[in-house]
Amino acid sequence: MKFSARSLFANALSGHENWPEQFPNKEPKKEYDVVIVGAGGHGLGAAYYLASKYGITNVAVVEKGWLGGGNTGRNTTIIRSNYLFDESARIYDHALDLWDGLSQELNYNVMYSKRGVLMLAHNVHDVQSFKRHVHANRLNGVDNVWLSPEECQKIVPFLDISQNRRYPVMGGAFQQRGGVARHDSVAWGYARGASKLGVDIIQNCKVIGIRRGADGAVEGVETEKGFIGAKKIGVSTAGNSSVLMEMAGLRFPLESYPLQALVSEPVKPIVPCVIMSNAVHAYISQSDKGELVIGAGTDQYTSYSQRGALHIVEHTIMSICEIFPIFRRMRMLRNWGGIVDVTPDRSPILGKTPVQGLYVNCGWGTGGFKATPGAADMLAYTIAHDAPHKINAPYNLDRFVGGRLIDEAAAAAVAH
Amino acid sequence: MGDFRKTGKGVIDTQQPVSFTFDGKSYSGFKGDTLASALLANGVHLMGRSFKYHRPRGPVGAGFEEPNALVTVTRGKGRMTPNLRATAIEIYEGMMASSQNRWPGLGFDIGAFNNTFSAFFPAGFYNKTFMWPKSFWDKVYEPFIRNMAGLGPAPTEVDPDVYGAVYGHCDILIIGSGPAGLAAALAAAKKDQRVILVDENVNMGGSLIGAGHVSIDEKSASDWVAKALKDLNKADNVVLMTRTSAIGYYHDNFVALAERLTDYIPEAQIGKTREKLHRIRAGKVILAQGAIERPLVFNGNDKPGVMLTSAAQTFLNKYGVAVGKEVAVFTAHDSAYSAAFELADSNVRIAAIIDAREGVSAELISAAEGRGIDVHIGSVISKTGGKKRVRSVEVYEPVHNTQKTIACDALLMSGGWTPSLHLWSQSKGSIKWDEAKGVYLPDLANENCVCIGSCNGDFGIKAALDAGSKAGGGRKVYKTDEPVFGSGQVFDHLPNYIKPSKTKAFVDFQNDVTDKDIKLAVREGFKSIEHVKRYTTNGMATDQGKLSNLNALEIAAKALGKQAPQVGLTTFRPPYTPTTFGTFCGYRTDDLFEVTRKTAIDPWAEAQGAVFEPVGIWRRAWYFPKAGEDMHAAVARECKATRDSLGIFDASTLGKIEVVGPDAAKFMNIMYTNPWSKLGVGACRYGLMLGENGYIYDDGVVGRIAEDRFHVTTTTGGAPRVYRHMEDYLQTEFPELDVWLTSTTEQWSVIALNGPNARKLIEPFVEGIDLSPEAFPHMNVREGKICGVPTRLFRVSFSGELGFEINVPSHYGRAVWETLFAAGEQFDITPYGTETMHVLRAEKGFIIIGQDTDGTVTPQDAGMSWIVSKKKKDFVGKRSLQRSDLVAEGRKQLIGLLTDDPKTVLEEGAHIVADPDQSIPMDMLGHVTSSYWSESLGKSIAMALVKDGFNRMGDDLYIPMEGGVTHKAKVVKPVFYDPKGERLNVV
Ligand SMILES: Cc1cc2nc3c(=O)[nH]c(=O)nc-3n(C[C@H](O)[C@H](O)[C@H](O)COP(=O)(O)OP(=O)(O)OC[C@H]3O[C@@H](n4cnc5c(N)ncnc54)[C@H](O)[C@@H]3O)c2cc1C
Repeated sequence: MKFSARSLFANALSGHENWPEQFPNKEPKKEYDVVIVGAGGHGLGAAYYLASKYGITNVAVVEKGWLGGGNTGRNTTIIRSNYLFDESARIYDHALDLWDGLSQELNYNVMYSKRGVLMLAHNVHDVQSFKRHVHANRLNGVDNVWLSPEECQKIVPFLDISQNRRYPVMGGAFQQRGGVARHDSVAWGYARGASKLGVDIIQNCKVIGIRRGADGAVEGVETEKGFIGAKKIGVSTAGNSSVLMEMAGLRFPLESYPLQALVSEPVKPIVPCVIMSNAVHAYISQSDKGELVIGAGTDQYTSYSQRGALHIVEHTIMSICEIFPIFRRMRMLRNWGGIVDVTPDRSPILGKTPVQGLYVNCGWGTGGFKATPGAADMLAYTIAHDAPHKINAPYNLDRFVGGRLIDEAAAAAVAH
Repeated sequence: MGDFRKTGKGVIDTQQPVSFTFDGKSYSGFKGDTLASALLANGVHLMGRSFKYHRPRGPVGAGFEEPNALVTVTRGKGRMTPNLRATAIEIYEGMMASSQNRWPGLGFDIGAFNNTFSAFFPAGFYNKTFMWPKSFWDKVYEPFIRNMAGLGPAPTEVDPDVYGAVYGHCDILIIGSGPAGLAAALAAAKKDQRVILVDENVNMGGSLIGAGHVSIDEKSASDWVAKALKDLNKADNVVLMTRTSAIGYYHDNFVALAERLTDYIPEAQIGKTREKLHRIRAGKVILAQGAIERPLVFNGNDKPGVMLTSAAQTFLNKYGVAVGKEVAVFTAHDSAYSAAFELADSNVRIAAIIDAREGVSAELISAAEGRGIDVHIGSVISKTGGKKRVRSVEVYEPVHNTQKTIACDALLMSGGWTPSLHLWSQSKGSIKWDEAKGVYLPDLANENCVCIGSCNGDFGIKAALDAGSKAGGGRKVYKTDEPVFGSGQVFDHLPNYIKPSKTKAFVDFQNDVTDKDIKLAVREGFKSIEHVKRYTTNGMATDQGKLSNLNALEIAAKALGKQAPQVGLTTFRPPYTPTTFGTFCGYRTDDLFEVTRKTAIDPWAEAQGAVFEPVGIWRRAWYFPKAGEDMHAAVARECKATRDSLGIFDASTLGKIEVVGPDAAKFMNIMYTNPWSKLGVGACRYGLMLGENGYIYDDGVVGRIAEDRFHVTTTTGGAPRVYRHMEDYLQTEFPELDVWLTSTTEQWSVIALNGPNARKLIEPFVEGIDLSPEAFPHMNVREGKICGVPTRLFRVSFSGELGFEINVPSHYGRAVWETLFAAGEQFDITPYGTETMHVLRAEKGFIIIGQDTDGTVTPQDAGMSWIVSKKKKDFVGKRSLQRSDLVAEGRKQLIGLLTDDPKTVLEEGAHIVADPDQSIPMDMLGHVTSSYWSESLGKSIAMALVKDGFNRMGDDLYIPMEGGVTHKAKVVKPVFYDPKGERLNVV
């Protein structure tokens, strides 16, 4: 059933009794052309694009829990593409292009809101680094402009730009096309889109092994619901990626850390765009519901437990209140954590693996939500062609051997 | 309106009337009242509007679980607080509260048109619409949705209050001071344990407060509580904390408590810490948080006047307030009867008890009838009458299909009890479903933690007391006289003859989630309880699902054709109750957020009118403008003075690490790319440090003070990082080395003197060091005295001029500086700041880590191959340096740039291309890392990282700027000034 104001109206008259399932939960078939492990935005999106763009519909997405329950459903949904390096600009901007028509393409409102992302500079080093980004972005065709403190204040009226503060605002970089989207809707929209095209989504079905044949190529996945055959397997399991790769006998250069976020009680609109402050490491936006959405830096210790330490929360709130003292009286409503997979250069690994038929999309760490449509498309492309697209080719595993790193963190410090 | 106060009931102070306003209207209550109890005493139930449909709402609870009665309290500048629960805030003289989320007013709210059209806004409606025209989402739909949503007003002023934060330790932390918690505390106190007992309410005692029908050990409940508190107060091993919520349970029995200290006192007395965060590490945690009553989900269950039975009981017992004059009770649990009887015994007319169950004990029925109360068993409420206050209920008996309307002005509901497992679950204790009680109960503990009393499913006061005593290490068996708690039945559906499309039965009151929304979610394929939660927003309101989660679970389970335990609960997330941001900040705000580090010489610079810049966590003098000078003029003057005669610079922020021990040289060999074994005592060497990936990590001059002692300097920003990096390697990779590391950054003041007259200036002040160029050549360090105080005197230069860095113990820094400065007058000594330091070093082509390098630059890229030892077997980063990409041709390399127009100073960060006429995206070669006007050279100079830069010497490159301007620049070696280094040799 197509979603529209009309169908909503028609269904209201019948008491909403006739809406069909958006994504039926399937039991696994014996074999698929492609099995995607992990029903986050990236995995579901890859299945959707395999079916919609690359003509492969005999696909299953296998998820250990409920779809969208990983980092996709836990992140602070910041979307932007003003990254420094050409490789990054290409993949994030590809994602941004896809974000732009995603609601219409999926016939599912993912609430992508181009409200802008403002990154505040608080010292000379920030200024140098942000200007470097702005210049690189301009020549790469990525929108991102440098703003004076006064111009920043025009966008964020409550911004204190007096220069005698601990962290004075010395200017900012602003990307208008950046913003937020509703994370759950992204997962649900892709799930619905993929289901409609014949993809089986199998929830509550943990993958516990990857079976390889005598020639080393993959034959399928062992799951809690039994063996599922597939000559091609795409792994998109974020924080659990090193575990999955180990199942295929591969050691991956990943570390998994808890990353926390929190929301306040809802209030009327006050924060007009996404605001980030690298120097104090805090970022904030306001959800359509009215909650202030605030993200932390990773906890310092590696862990698979989806909860973090209190002092990280304290420091995060402290930082927010330092930059925006008007929020000190707001109250924290909910705090949670996700497990992020971090590579040595803080950029993803997206492409083929040394194992025939095994493809991977991981290492997005603290900042992969914004890449969801782009990463999904690239994973689908790579699986369909058994070769990477030129956009994701640089994100190979070999770069850690050769050293051709794409080190955004080295240039930016924060990667959300 | 009339008075609903019951004399002789409640623990309020009727001698102290308190006046306050709500939505501008004055009311009066008593000290000890909450805003809700005081308003109810005045007959006011309408206190708020719901989130989505803007439906009129009154309090449904009487405490912290309240979802409906949210208000904004204003009290002077910056002290506006939205979303406060009227049931949890105490009134004080002059309190000004107002309702929220309504316009123009609470009584008439335009937003309520959402309610009229609510059929079009079921759960998830926004996913299905607002997609066309595409541009409308950002411009029209979203702003509209945003304005409709949100609860209270957003703050606009800076909060003037202060907050605190402390750590605490105890043997036993008890959370909740009802009978279970108090008995546990009494027992633990006797065992000589250090006990902390906390309760979020004003008074300790929990359900015992004002409980008229209860006696314990032959005492009335109130007397027993009073005695218990007296004993606990006397015990010096017990700390009692009220108005304190346990908000989060973290690893290893680490519990966060938020204490509220001033919100209940009148304005004039504010000035103390408003709230305080206590982080408690407890040997054992006893959770005695009780249980929360569950609403019933029926058509019209959200009107003002409809509330939990226990809430009405609390309003009566604690505040002496009757919630109505004619009260109907709708229940599925025995416990509602005793509450109804308590009301009846206080002369509140009970209009009827409607019991959804078929089987109700004969005693209860006769006890009710004895009080003249009609009991309708096997009956439900099919609808409620009234708009802004419930006026009647329609009792429906499905078996006979009869309806009967009964007038009332309040309706109490009881769907049974939900043990509070929030903190238990946060501690990662597991839970199990108890079929008989229809509740989840604690199962296996993950920490040293127990749940006791009703949060463990032991309903009833004696059970709670005995469990408390046991948990506290005692063996006391209590004697009580108490009403029967009884049992109940859980309904996943209440029958109704009215078509579902014509009903509204709320599950999550604040977020306006109905039973139909939950069924819709399941119908649409949202089958996990987490999906149901997210699709409907059930449980995501500010009560965090305390009232709604279990009902949602039952309804979802039924829709799924499963049992509740097969569906499971959503994760409990901290905080237990919404907690002020300021509380997490504690005292660390403003100047105490991240204390600005200042050098000993900083006050001198400030007095001289220096302009400062933040560098890492330090502030440093940026430049010293004279009257009328801008930065450019000041820097030009400072540079010239230094090159011509003498400049003085505060370099104290440089990181310093003392590396000491028999294996110190070995350790240095591992940490730095260049060799250290042969460095003589008294000599210095510039050191370069790599990360394990082979990229430049930090640099600095290192002096060998003794065979086993190195004075290492790091960059200002890098000091903590380098120290950690060294410790990391020492402790994990090379633990066999006999080396100790001490951060000495703050121990030394460092005064840098640069310029041809540097030696002449210090000569008269130095003792014990031969300063002659032969005895003390460039790149050496000596220990001796300067101005009578001990010094480590370095002969080094970051400017290319003859230079000394005078290290003296910090507390002498300023005195030495001032002495030298005064004596320097003869040389026209000029203080300079970081900007001049940058220019001087750039003229010499010295790099700044983090500016000319960015974590992707190898020593070769920076033109520093000379510093990488070929002979050393190993150093951090060595292996990585051999990787194919790091030795590849054409990497970005550090070069100098001279602009075509020498007056043009390039912008740092600007990008460089070979062909300025290409279209976007352009093929970029690199970027400008450092760029300055050089007064000494009379032209601009720049450094840049450029692909294949070393092979481009002499080439012209282009820097396309905004607005079509393109600069042209020539690639040169990045040494602009005195390339032979002759100026170091001034005698
Ligand atoms: C607190 C937080 C804030 C963030 N903020 C931002 C932000 O503002 N902007 C941004 O761009 N990014 C942000 N991120 C990062 C972003 O969330 C992730 O990079 C992105 O969502 C990853 O999507 P995914 O689909 O790859 O992973 P996920 O959504 O995590 O999906 C992986 C799925 O794999 C499943 N899985 C794992 N193991 C198995 C197995 N053995 N068998 C079957 N299934 C398995 C998991 O259950 C999960 O559903 C944030 C992350 C966190 C935790």
